[in-house]
Amino acid sequence: MSYEFLQQYWWFLVSLLGALLVFLMFVQGANSLVGSLGGEAEGRRLIINSTGRKWEFTFTTLVTFGGAFFASFPLFYSTSFGGAYWLWMIILFSFVLQAVSYEFQNKLGNLLGARTFQMFLVINGIVGPLLLGGAVATFFEGSNFIVAKDNLTGMQPVISQWANASHGLDALLNPWVLVFGFAVFFLARILGILYVMNNVNDEDIRSRASVRLVGSTIVFLLLFVAYLVHLLMKDGYAYDSVTGVISIEPLKYLNNFMEMWYLLVLLLVGVVLVLYGIIRTIISKTYIGGIWPVGIGVVLTVLALLLCAGWNNTAYYPSTADLQSSLTIANSCSSEFTLRTMAFVSLLIPFVLAYIVVAWRKIDSKKLDKQEIVTDEAY
Amino acid sequence: MSNILLSIDAGTIEWSRAQFALTAIYHWLFVPLTLGLAVIMGIMETCYYRTRNVFWKDAARFWQKLFGVNFAMGVATGIILEFEFGTNWSNYSWFVGDIFGAPLAIEGIVAFFMESTFVAVMFFGWKKVSAGFHLAATWLTGVGATISAWWILVANAWMQNPVGCVFNPDTMRNEMVSFAEVALSPFAIDKFCHTVISAWIIGAVFTVAVSCWYLLKGREKKLAVESIKIGAIVGLVASVGAALSGHQSAFRVAKVQPMKLAAMEALYNGGTDQSLTGIALVNPFVQPDYANEAEAPLKIAVPYALSILATNDPHGYVPGINDILNGYTRPDGTIEPSADEKIERGKKAIDALAAYRAAKFGSSDDGSIAASHLQVLQENMPYFGYGYVQDKADLVPFVPINFYAFRVMVGVGCLLILFFMVVLFFAYKKDIVMAPKWLHWVAIAMVPLAYIASESGWLVAEFGRQPWTIQDLLPTWASVSNLQSSSVMLTFFIFLILFTTMLAVEISILMKQIKKGPEYEL
Repeated sequence: MSYEFLQQYWWFLVSLLGALLVFLMFVQGANSLVGSLGGEAEGRRLIINSTGRKWEFTFTTLVTFGGAFFASFPLFYSTSFGGAYWLWMIILFSFVLQAVSYEFQNKLGNLLGARTFQMFLVINGIVGPLLLGGAVATFFEGSNFIVAKDNLTGMQPVISQWANASHGLDALLNPWVLVFGFAVFFLARILGILYVMNNVNDEDIRSRASVRLVGSTIVFLLLFVAYLVHLLMKDGYAYDSVTGVISIEPLKYLNNFMEMWYLLVLLLVGVVLVLYGIIRTIISKTYIGGIWPVGIGVVLTVLALLLCAGWNNTAYYPSTADLQSSLTIANSCSSEFTLRTMAFVSLLIPFVLAYIVVAWRKIDSKKLDKQEIVTDEAY
Repeated sequence: MSNILLSIDAGTIEWSRAQFALTAIYHWLFVPLTLGLAVIMGIMETCYYRTRNVFWKDAARFWQKLFGVNFAMGVATGIILEFEFGTNWSNYSWFVGDIFGAPLAIEGIVAFFMESTFVAVMFFGWKKVSAGFHLAATWLTGVGATISAWWILVANAWMQNPVGCVFNPDTMRNEMVSFAEVALSPFAIDKFCHTVISAWIIGAVFTVAVSCWYLLKGREKKLAVESIKIGAIVGLVASVGAALSGHQSAFRVAKVQPMKLAAMEALYNGGTDQSLTGIALVNPFVQPDYANEAEAPLKIAVPYALSILATNDPHGYVPGINDILNGYTRPDGTIEPSADEKIERGKKAIDALAAYRAAKFGSSDDGSIAASHLQVLQENMPYFGYGYVQDKADLVPFVPINFYAFRVMVGVGCLLILFFMVVLFFAYKKDIVMAPKWLHWVAIAMVPLAYIASESGWLVAEFGRQPWTIQDLLPTWASVSNLQSSSVMLTFFIFLILFTTMLAVEISILMKQIKKGPEYEL
């Protein structure tokens, strides 16, 4: 395993975790629609209990995504988290609210009332996908930072600086960041709707879900296609693999897809699966398994986009303040020893995925219904 | 503790420290109860699995309900801790991310997924999976939480005793060279044993206290008696284990962080045959005048005990604060340099690093000059962090907090051993239901005391290593992110309000759940 291979491998793993995280944001998507899908209090509770059996997977994937990024690309961790402080803090606040809301909402003595905690879940359902999507968009659109490692020997030893005082909120002034953020938000809603249709055995909720699916899909497709066209047409940041010098390359992402044709195939297969799952769910009255083709499609699509951002000598975290400060998988990664050691640890991932699948199937062996909320353990 | 020559806002450093401390203190309110209750409910469910007596199932489910309320808060505060390394300590994250990131990633892959997968089965799987699968899920939830503790404590131990790494001047960071040295460092093993065992005490005290409350109210007697029997055994074993592992931890601290031990003891001037201070009049609000005072006033001490604690030898040498600042000779004849010399060598290391990079990456690209600077850097690298220190007084942690927190931890720890022995005596030799009411009240009072002791342990561990984020390599003021202090102050208060509100909600829910009591199937 060469150093270059390990860098590519770890970018693949981080991208895979990111792709799985987007899929698992069906939890947020469903929560953002809890009122319109659930209807009355009983229906809302059913939806919250449905996502409540999975929220820990999303949460854990987010934490592991952060941990894996820290271990494999620490310069990104220090630059983005320390620089885009407010963007990440708002995301974290929303996830803290989510983490307690499931357990607390219907417990006696919760002081703030069930509605407050349900509102927290809705806030996380909106803010989480929107801002995480926005953060991912900066992989293509760039951020306003400077990296100067020689600072360590100077009067001001911090090596990564944000070049303005907004600390990450400036990203939301870029319309394309918002387009991508909202695309992820509506995608999460689509996933949430499909998950609820599959997981909850309630005809009222399913009929409301199929109506909401059409609206969310139209908005998502408009946003996604617009961003994809923009991405393929825009300039990108390339680096010289020998000198490490970074330069602007016209149509960089289009070139990446052309040169890495397998990513284009991955993207197209992903998009087709997403469309297949959605369209079949819309036209068939009985089909409730749309979450699976759409979920796999989302993972493949997001994986292709993230790999396109980092592979083929591309700067995955471009700096709009200083071109040469842009982060690449070569200049921001951990040492060869650490990447190799962690590569051995990564061999545990299939084992982890296997027991998640077993546990998931056990828990979902029977669809959730109103009866179970009354007679069994429930939030 | 600010460094006037650096352009980092002193407020940013202090608010970042405060925010991390706040998050860690809150996190540690919830985690020990999670770890401790995991053992209690695991034992109860095992009893159910072996006997099929439905009483044990009801008992396990009751404690699992309380576990669940608490678990969510541990998760919520935990995610903040992980990301705060990046958001508030970004320079640290780069300088040692090559080593420090690995345990966090492994924690996520190995522990968090295990915890989050099986906790769902534990709560919602009673009617969906077999009894054996459910029992496995319950234990695996606890095992996941414990493995998680292992890796985060490996990370913390590495900050206190950085091993298995070298500084790479080309990448300007420390890089891992031995994963085994990092993952299995004796410091990490001691820290894990002491921390996790102390967490079991919290679970045991909580279990005994809730049960005693039921006895005071004259209800749930069977649940209370059986829970007390299990809780008190776990508690006594853990209390004795915490004392033994605590001694081992102190021994290790004396070797690698002598200043922390000196601060814990308010030991200004050390030597051989050192006594352990029982109590002394240390002003809790100001740093003592250690340079001019011989020792803390009104000191009552146990002869030779500090030497035994630090060296396992009653005549062992223990350096005091002034010895460490002025330099001293160890019993084996090696010399520990003075703080002034370390500062000078640290500055030499930083200057050599700058010169090395100028020679290597500058326009001249002179290999021989770069090599000579590299040699100077390597000779002085062990003191690199001292190069950021302007005043050697900054190297002395705030003595009063360390001194009193250590005494609270040890004092309550001893009290807990006595407490569990008395409870066990009544539970097995007498009738705990008929025990004097004061014992039941004492059990309830032990809950806040045990928490205070547990938090005190962390105060000692973290305040005692100041000013270092990584011992001898990087002080706090060279570790922070370059943020406006107002931003960090604002997030500090948001977290304070958020966590405090949620703590109040959790306590309120726990009270209601306890008042409601278990739900019996029969």
